[in-house]
Amino acid sequence: MILTYALFFALGCFGVAILMNLWVLLRATLVQDRILALDTMVVNAIALVVLYGVYTLSAVNFEVAALMAMTGFVSTVALAKYLLRGSIIE
Amino acid sequence: MTAGAMDNILEIVIAGFLVLGGLFGLVGSFGLLRLRDPMQRLHAPTKATTVGVGTALVASAFDLLFVGGRITWQEVLVAVFLLISAPMTALYLAKLNLHRTVDRKTLPPTGTGREWANFDAALDEVRTEPR
Repeated sequence: MILTYALFFALGCFGVAILMNLWVLLRATLVQDRILALDTMVVNAIALVVLYGVYTLSAVNFEVAALMAMTGFVSTVALAKYLLRGSIIE
Repeated sequence: MTAGAMDNILEIVIAGFLVLGGLFGLVGSFGLLRLRDPMQRLHAPTKATTVGVGTALVASAFDLLFVGGRITWQEVLVAVFLLISAPMTALYLAKLNLHRTVDRKTLPPTGTGREWANFDAALDEVRTEPR
């Protein structure tokens, strides 16, 4: 019973966190803040996927989480590298 | 100790991990929203959110182990990957901050006789196209 309440509390926390990231992503003035907000959104979405795995007691979600972690990291670094150097692979 | 009391303790431990992870995730995103300086804003999501997701992964692993009854190693993989990739993200975004918003005259001297790597002209030789 307490586990269910804690699970929904954590889901709510990460949902609010994603909404705050979305606010930063839409309203930020600096492009690096937007990139950071996007990266944080990916990490929070990984947390939501993992918590859904706790809810359904399935182990399949971890593959989704691993793929999201990899693509999120690569896209963040690619965006930063492009703005830093003008090209991604030199 | 009876099996029922053991189950209760495990449930409380997993619930504690879940609550802690949610709070850390919330603090990280709130810091991104509220801190003043771009370099300060870098710290909240890359540290606090990583800890929050790691705690959620630990809770998930414990839940699958003690309630679901099977051992999974994928969440360790995801947690290690996030712990490795978050500092790399922070490094690249800090370099981007230096490049776009920080004035190089306000930076302290490097003490090595060379310029900061972001502004070193000798490192620009490999650039392929003008910006």
